[in-house]
Parts: sequence; C-alpha cells; structure tokens
Amino acid sequence: MSQSMSQTDQSAHAGKLTAANEAIERRVLEQTWGDKPGLWGALTSINHKTIGKRFIVTAFAFFILGGILSLLMRIQLARPENHFLGPDLYNQIFTMHGTTMMFLFAVPIMEAMAVYLVPLMVGTRSIAFPRLNAFGYWIYVFGGIMIYVAFVLNVGPDAGWFAYVPLAGPQYSPGKRVDFWAQLITFTEVSALVVATELITTIFKLRAPGMSLNRIPLYVWSVLVMAFMVFFAMPTIALASTSLILDRLVSTHFFNPAEGGDPILWQHLFWFFGHPEVYIIFIPATGFVSSIIPTFVRRPVFGYTALVLSLISTGFIGFGLWVHHMFAAGLPRMGESFFTAATMMVVIPSGIQIFCWIATIWAGRPIFKTPFLFALGFFFVFILGGMTGVMQASVPLDLQVHDTYFVVAHFHYVLIGGAVFPIFGAFYYWFPKFTGRMLSEAMGKLNFWLMFVGFNLAFFPMHYLGLKGMPRRVYTYPALAGWASLNLLATAGGVLLALGVLTFIVNVFVSRRRGALAGDNPWNAATLEWATTSPPPSYNFFRLPTVAGRDTLWVQPEDQPVIVGLRTDVRQVLVTKMLDAEPDHIEEFPKPTIWPLLTALAATGLFIASIFTPWAVVWGSIPVGIALIGWFWPKEKQKDERPPEEVKENVAKQDDAYLEEVA
Amino acid sequence: MRFSYYISIVVAFSVLLVSCKREERGFRVQPPAARAANSQTLTDLQPGASTSPAGIRNDFEENAYALSEGKRLYSAYNCNGCHAQGGGGMGPPLMDERWIYGGKPEQVYSTIVEGRPNGMPSFRQKVPEFQVWQLAAYVRSMSGQSPKDAAPSRDDHLQGKQPESQTKPLPVKESKQ
Amino acid sequence: MFTDSWNLMNTSLKKSQWTTAHGRLPSAFRLLPSALCLVPSAFRLLPSAFCLLLSGCAGVQSSLDPAGPQADHIARIWWLMLFILSAIFVIVMALLALATWRRRASADNETELILKPEAGGESRMSTLVTTGVVITVFVLFILLISSFLTGRSLHSLAASNPQPLTIDITGQQWWWQVKYENDMPSQMVTTANEIHIPVGRIVQFKLKSNDVIHSFWVPNLHGKTDLIPGHVAATWIRADRPGIYRGQCAEFCGHQHAHMAFTVVVETEEQFKHWYDAQLLAAAQPANTQLARGQQVFMTSTCIMCHRIQGTDAGGAVGPDLTHVASRLTIAAGTLANTRDNLANWILDSQAIKPGNRMPPNPLNTEDLSALLDYLQSLK
Repeated sequence: MSQSMSQTDQSAHAGKLTAANEAIERRVLEQTWGDKPGLWGALTSINHKTIGKRFIVTAFAFFILGGILSLLMRIQLARPENHFLGPDLYNQIFTMHGTTMMFLFAVPIMEAMAVYLVPLMVGTRSIAFPRLNAFGYWIYVFGGIMIYVAFVLNVGPDAGWFAYVPLAGPQYSPGKRVDFWAQLITFTEVSALVVATELITTIFKLRAPGMSLNRIPLYVWSVLVMAFMVFFAMPTIALASTSLILDRLVSTHFFNPAEGGDPILWQHLFWFFGHPEVYIIFIPATGFVSSIIPTFVRRPVFGYTALVLSLISTGFIGFGLWVHHMFAAGLPRMGESFFTAATMMVVIPSGIQIFCWIATIWAGRPIFKTPFLFALGFFFVFILGGMTGVMQASVPLDLQVHDTYFVVAHFHYVLIGGAVFPIFGAFYYWFPKFTGRMLSEAMGKLNFWLMFVGFNLAFFPMHYLGLKGMPRRVYTYPALAGWASLNLLATAGGVLLALGVLTFIVNVFVSRRRGALAGDNPWNAATLEWATTSPPPSYNFFRLPTVAGRDTLWVQPEDQPVIVGLRTDVRQVLVTKMLDAEPDHIEEFPKPTIWPLLTALAATGLFIASIFTPWAVVWGSIPVGIALIGWFWPKEKQKDERPPEEVKENVAKQDDAYLEEVA
Repeated sequence: MRFSYYISIVVAFSVLLVSCKREERGFRVQPPAARAANSQTLTDLQPGASTSPAGIRNDFEENAYALSEGKRLYSAYNCNGCHAQGGGGMGPPLMDERWIYGGKPEQVYSTIVEGRPNGMPSFRQKVPEFQVWQLAAYVRSMSGQSPKDAAPSRDDHLQGKQPESQTKPLPVKESKQ
Repeated sequence: MFTDSWNLMNTSLKKSQWTTAHGRLPSAFRLLPSALCLVPSAFRLLPSAFCLLLSGCAGVQSSLDPAGPQADHIARIWWLMLFILSAIFVIVMALLALATWRRRASADNETELILKPEAGGESRMSTLVTTGVVITVFVLFILLISSFLTGRSLHSLAASNPQPLTIDITGQQWWWQVKYENDMPSQMVTTANEIHIPVGRIVQFKLKSNDVIHSFWVPNLHGKTDLIPGHVAATWIRADRPGIYRGQCAEFCGHQHAHMAFTVVVETEEQFKHWYDAQLLAAAQPANTQLARGQQVFMTSTCIMCHRIQGTDAGGAVGPDLTHVASRLTIAAGTLANTRDNLANWILDSQAIKPGNRMPPNPLNTEDLSALLDYLQSLK
C-alpha cells in the first residue's frame, strides 16, 4: 500500500482504540460536524467542502456560459461583414464574456478550490468563519444570477468588461445596463473579500501543530498571497464602481471633465485593481502546478524557498504595473518608462518559478498522467503568453499592438495557459478526493489534446491579426482587410477547444458513477488532504494530524502523533500560533444556520434596489441589519454537559445494527 | 436537493423571458403613435358633442435610448439656441408646467413639426418623424414626465440644470400666454 | 488580396469624374510589392521569411509594413523582441522537453519516491536555475534599454521641426473631423475621414474627442494615441513613402466602433498643394438644372440639419463637412467606397449598413435621389 499512514493506523498506535470504538467516534463526529439532511440542510450548510463543491460547480457553470458567449462571437467574426449578430448584441456579448470570465469564473474558481482544499491541506476540521463562507458563496451566486437575468432582459452591460468612461457614463450609456454591471462588481468583490478573510485566517491560525510556515504546501502559500492581493485590489474596484454608479444615478462628476473630473481617473482606478486581478487568478494556478509536479515526478519540489519568495514578490510587484494598460492614454513619458521597467521586472519571479519547476522535473521521474499533461500544457501556453507580455511592456511596441487582436491573443495565452490549464489539471488531480472516483485517463488525454490544439489554433493567429491592423472589440471587419481566413481558422480552433471542454464534462458525468474507486491516496501524493478518505468525511480527519516536515505524507515517521484532546461531540477546532503552529487554544465553531443565506438575500435586495434609487441604501439596510442581528445573536455554547463517554454510549445504543456491522 | 436548486435558477430565467422595453435600442423604428398624431386639434371647442381622441402614448417616453437620443438631438438641432437647457430664453421654458400649445405627447409633436406663431420654426421634413418623437419624449421628460430609470442622467458637460432623472414630475397644464 | 482590392478601387476612381476634372491619376499612387519590409539589413532575412510564411506583412493597415520613421522604429523593436523572445521560448521548451523525456517513468510501474537527492544533484540544479535567472535578467535589461531608446527616437521627431504641418483631429461617434490648422483662418481646410499629407513632411496631429474615448491609429505610420475628452493629445508622424493607408479607431467607442476608419493619403508636395487649394474653395455651384434640383433637394430635406456645404446655406456642424465629398475615396468613415451606388444606399438607409450610427434613414423618391446624387458627386 502507500507509504503514508492512514488515520486508523495512527490512532490505533496512539491509544487503545478498537474498531468498534472508532466506529462510534466517527458516528459522533459525523453527527457533530455533518450537514442536516434535505433542502434545509443544503441551505443551512456551513461545511467548507459542501460550499466548496457548490462554489466550484457554479464557477464552472459560469465558465460554460462565458464559453458559449465566446463561440457566438467567433461565429460572428468567422466571416467579414457577417450579419449573425448586430452591433448592439455583439457589444453585450463581448462585455458579458469578459465580465463572466473575469468576475464570475476566474477569481471564484480559485477561491472555490481554496475553500475546499486549504482546510484539508493544513490539517483542520473547518475553514475559519464558516458562516461567512456560506454568505460569500450566496452573495456570489446571487450576483451572477442577477447579471444573467439582466442579460436575458436586454439590460446586460454593453460597454466592455472594463467599462471605460465616458462611454459607460450617464450620457453615452443610457438605461441601466452599466449600472447592473457596476453592481455586479459589488457582489463579486464582497464575496472575494470575505473568502480572502477566511483563507488568511485559516492559513495563519488553524494549521496542524508542527506545520510551521516553512512547511506549508506551496499551494497554500499561493492562496495566502492571492488572499492578500484580494484585500488590496478589490476595494479599489469597489470605489471605482461606486463612483460610476454615483455619477450615473445622482449626478456626481467624478468622471466629467467639464466639471473637474477626468475619464483617466476611471482608468487608473480600474487598472489598479485590474492588473493585480490577473495575478490573483494566476498565483493560485501556480499553486496547482506546484502541487501536481512533485506528485507526478515523484520528488519534492526543487527550490521551495525560492518559490515562496517568488510568489510573494509577484504579489507585491503586481501592484506596480497597472499603467501598462494605459500606455496610449498620453501619460508622461517618465511615468510610462517606470511601468515598462516594473512590467519587465515581474517576469523575474515568474521565471524563477518556471526554472525551479523544470529543475524538479529534470531531477524526477515524470509520469504522464492527465494532471501532469495539463501542467506541461500550462508551461507551453503560459510561457508563450509571457513572451508576448514582455513585448507589450515596451511602450513603443505597445502603441502598435494595444487594443488589437495581439493583446487578445496575449491575455488568452496567459489566462487560459496560466489559469485554465492548471485548473483542469487540478480537476483531474483532486476529483478523486472530491468524489472518491477516478476520472477516465483515456478521456482525460483526449480532453487535453483537444483543448491544447484547439486553443493554439484559435489564438495563435490572433497575434498576426493584431499586427496586421485588426482592432479589438469590433463586431465585424471589412472584406478588403485580408483578415478573413485567419478569423475563420480561429473560429475552427474555438470549436475544437469547446469540444475539449465538452469531453471534460462527459468525463465527469461518466466517472462519477462508473469511475474506478480512488481510495485515500491514489496518486501517492504528499499533502495532508490525501491522508483522509475520498471523499473526506464532514469532519475532515478522524484524528487531527501533526506534521513533521514539508511534503508531509512522504516524510512523516511511523509514530507521528495525532491530536486526541478535542471533544468529538462539540465543534471544537484547535487554533495554533502563526509562525510555528504550536497549539494555542481550542475554539468552538458554530453550527449550521440559515442566517448567512438570509443576510445574502437582504444584501442582494439592497444592492439591486440601489441600482434604481439611492434611497435603497437607507431602506435596504434595515433587512440587512435584521439579518446580521440574527446571525450574530449570541447563542449559548452548545456544549453538551454530559461526559463524553455517556454521549458515546447513547450513540452506541441508538444503532446496534451499525455496531454489529463494524465489530 | 441540488437538482431542485438548479431547477429554480432555470425557472427564474424562463419566467423573465420578456425583454425590458426601457432598454431597447431601436435604430430605425417608428413609435406606434406616428399615424394618429396628425389628427390633432388645437382647441376643445367643437360643434355638437365633443369627440376628443384618445390620448396617444409615446412609447419613447419609457425608452432610455430614445430619451438619450432626444437629448442629443436637442442640442444637435440647436433647440437650446432658443430654449436653453429647458429654462427658455428667446423661446419659452420647456421644463415648467405651462404649455402654451399643450403638453401632451401629440401636441408637442405637433409643435415641432408644424411650428408655432412667434418664432417656433416648423421642422417638417427637416427632422425625421421618429426623431421628432424622440425629441417630444425628451422635452416632456424635462418636466419629469418620464420614469426615473429611463430619463437621461447628467451630460458630460457643464451642469446647467438638474438632470431629467432627478426632476420631480410636474403637472401638464395648458396655459394661453 | 488587399492590394488587388485597392487597385480595383483606384480603377473605379479612374472612371469617375474626379480624374477628368483633375488630370491623370498620379503615377505615385501605387502600392509597393509585398516582399519589401523596411527593416535593417541585419534582420532582413527572418522578417521576410516570417512574412512569407504568414502570407505577407504588407498591407494598408499593417504595422509590419512601415511607411515612415515612427512605424519603422517600432517595427525594428518588434523584430528584435521577436527574435530574442522566440529564441528564449524555444530554449525553455527544449529544456522542458528534455527534462520530461529523459527519465520518464512508464505509467505501469509504481515509481519509487526520490526523497534523497543524488550527490551534487541539488547544487547542480541550483547552478542551473541561477544561471537561468541571470540570463533572464540580462535579456530583460537588453529589451528594456532597447525599448527606452526606441521611445526616445519616437519622441525625437517632435523636436526636429518647430513648424510642422498641424492637423486637428476631433473624434466623434463614429467619424473623424479633420481640420488643417493655419495662422490665417481663411486658409484652414475642414474635411472628414480623409487626411492628405505630403511625403517627407513632419505632421503634428492634435487629437481631441467630442464625446467618448477614441484612438487614432494608422499602423503603417505610427502607434496609436487615445483621444480623451477633456484632454488634447498630440502625436507626430512623417510619411516617407507615398501611398494610401488606412487607419481605424482603436478604442471601443460604442455601436459602430468597428466602422470608424479613415484614410491617410500620402502624396508629393505638389499633389498635396493641389488638393489643399481645391479643398479651400467653396462648393461648386450647380452647373445645370439637374444639379440645381439636387442642391434644392439637399436644402429642403433633413440633410441641412447636420451637414455643411461651404458656399451654400447648409451649415450643420453635427455631421461631416460635405463641401468636397466627391473628392474622397470612401464614405461613412472608411466603410464604403465612394461610388454612386454606395452613396445612394447610404443616404436611403444608412442604418442597414452601419446600424446605430447618427444618420437617420432618408426615404427619397427616385428622381429626387438621382438629382441629389448628381449634385453630391459634383462636389469635388
């Protein structure tokens, strides 16, 4: 079997625990930590795995919707002067595509995976602030539903996902389209901020004892950096979108040059968020790659410290690049030069990461399973995108390629290569853990190759199209321009890419029922989530582990201690110190509750109503206030005053048949 | 359980398949009122029983795009040369509740197309019909007749007056003056 | 391809009255063969190969076919970066391929964990990674310096001539107003969507916007500069090769962003002066009753609300100036070639061609339309 010790072995070694006692304890833990049954259970759940899975599926659904929108765009652009979509609908579609992919898929999927994986990887029972976690999911999905309902009702935004003023301002975007977009920002930004809060707290304070900072898995480091970036970037876009709504709703003049405002202010505010946003998307993806590569080359990653420092420096430097989106806007030359240098500088930490990974592969023995293929695909596509990124860092060259299909090619290479390929690799890697079954390898390889070939076919020609003068965001182009054949090729590639994604969906549906059973650790991987069953029980680990080193499951000795002091009938979690994860105190976590959902509903009402009238902020606060009061109303600690043995005895009596089964 | 959750989302979508009239961007539509507007009377005095035609609804008054077009045309065609931003100058104010020749949609249409004594030019055949309806809708919105969510908000210009979306609705009163 | 289409356009112009009124079609109005990319000789081979592989770099809207020093400087740094970064990409991919392939495990065997690294292996890896990083930094520095130097060259054009030809460009949704500055107001030319400049002369464009953000971009001549309301931007170019180049708005500006193009005609000084003097004249008076009727149609219908024809009562400032509309190569901001049929379709129902644009449909009867077209085509 595997080298790692299963929880049963560990606890058996730690104390005198028979199989029957263990079964009873597990039942008690399940009762304490499990969700209630049925629809009510689904609505009140605060379990990070339930919410994580929901989050992942929802984000993936938005990915599909965004992909369908992109196929519609590609059909329109396949031929010159095509009449498949008129300009108004096309503008709405490309805006919705960008908005969906950036706000409703890319950041949420990274957060979703983190919500599921991080508590398991750090060896605890729950994410920090579990009720806030539920609220974060609900507010996200309500925002996503709002914008799609708006789209169906012809109130979908049509000013681009970046909504430059004055086009998105009150004069040139009549109606409520842009207001819905701006309010979607509020939904997704609140969701991202609350999830970032929980992740930082979990990573800093809920780690298993022995998991000092230099023993945290690289994926967890990447989530930490991402969460801090969210903290600093999201408020900027909140400020920007609020200013935009104020301009449109109550006639402030933030972006009105005639009354002292400036359209460039919007660009600064948006891109100060917008550039870190892409690193928020990319950095957790590097965490996936750092998890997949060691497992599939059978050795710990090379250069752990360098990789961690690269993540942190990318996070910092990423905040100093935003003006490279504005090189054509006429800013002072000295300023522009600074941002050229900074943009080139951010390549260095990414380069360090790439070289360390290649070194890991070099010194390892690669196994070509699907997750590893996606990691290799990531290398090819992302690095190519990075090269075109360095090109655009140069102001003169950017003046030619800015706002052309060259840029479209660049960012799809870095986003799809840098985020989507790792995400698919992560899906294949962790699907066994989520569901207990393996995805089909054959379909996985087909999935990979369809996506890889389709993607390159779709987006590589766009580099050339941009250099030959094709601007972005155009609903059609003249036949005279000579761009037709490459556009048709790009459409064909898009279809192949879509087929690849479809293969994945089929793979998921088929393997959920009929995939091979996975067992605890099918890949023989090193991180802690593989030390429990697949899927994990609601309480994550039977006995909370302690950690002896990095790449935990590979290095821990036979007699690695586990934690036995926590009550199983009460939601107790061990809180540890930040640097070295020494045990600090025991915290009691809340039980499932409906209040996060109600608060999210109230907040949704407030946000949507404030699109139409400023008074909504006043009247809408009342339901939110009531919901928050219900949420935070102090409850008596639900401690069971009976001694633990009596609790277990009661559970044992309740189900003799179960006992007989395990005895 | 999860199934019913997704079903409810689909239901929410399908219930709302009616598109929102406020947001339609008609690039060359005639509002339905076009034909009937030519049967205008300037006075209520009639022999025998009075037959007042049913009031005409100008759908553009609820359409944000049409109202913003009306606002654009208002300055493009130099209405503000005489009427300023609605406060009037050489011409009477348009943002108050007094309408010399009537403030109903068809009456405003008539004023623009036929012209009026004392200086209002006739724009017949100079301004296309649908644009006259857009202008009429905008003119009425200056006194708050349009719904707040459709009325235009501030322009990217010096702010001369409160935007139409923040104008309190005034009654439409005819006044012979 | 594009070359052929533009030749066709030139052919149709030959047939129009423009040629007969102004003499022979200037012989310099020809496009150069596509194999001639203007790059320094050291890099000549690869770009040509690249261009041939991808069916030509030439084009009237191509940044890889520079016709002036600005676009040339940018093309040079493009080729430099393409060379260097492609080489790096190939090397890194080769390393990756080698790393992946050399000790790959067959999936059947359960491979052992490599927890104890081989002797000296880790330090060798360290050296390799450090070398890689050092090379990266070095290359980035080279590219950084090149970028700065190119930027300096671009800006040097402005300083080299204190008295450039200055052209005001005002972007509107969705057309370009072009105004040639002059100390004497009577010598200012106003036109739309078409810019003529003399070859070899430094031109300064002053860029303003009337409504939303647009972007002025002629790839053959220079990079783009945004037109931002409330700001006046400036860009300098010089065209060294005669020809007709196409520019296009490069910042999303609403419904018809896709159809907001313009033409830059680069011609000899003499041709430019000829064109400029013709543009200064007021509109040609109607020479016969048909043309007079056409002018009458113009004056009595919706046209005069938006358009100006110098020398007549039409003084609208909302739409493009039509005083010399027949002298232009295209109409509707580069969307259609300037032919009688296109003009007719545009007047009757521009919304079918460019939905959402500011020009309303104008249903005219056949005789009126024909007279109007005759009149408009007489405005050279």
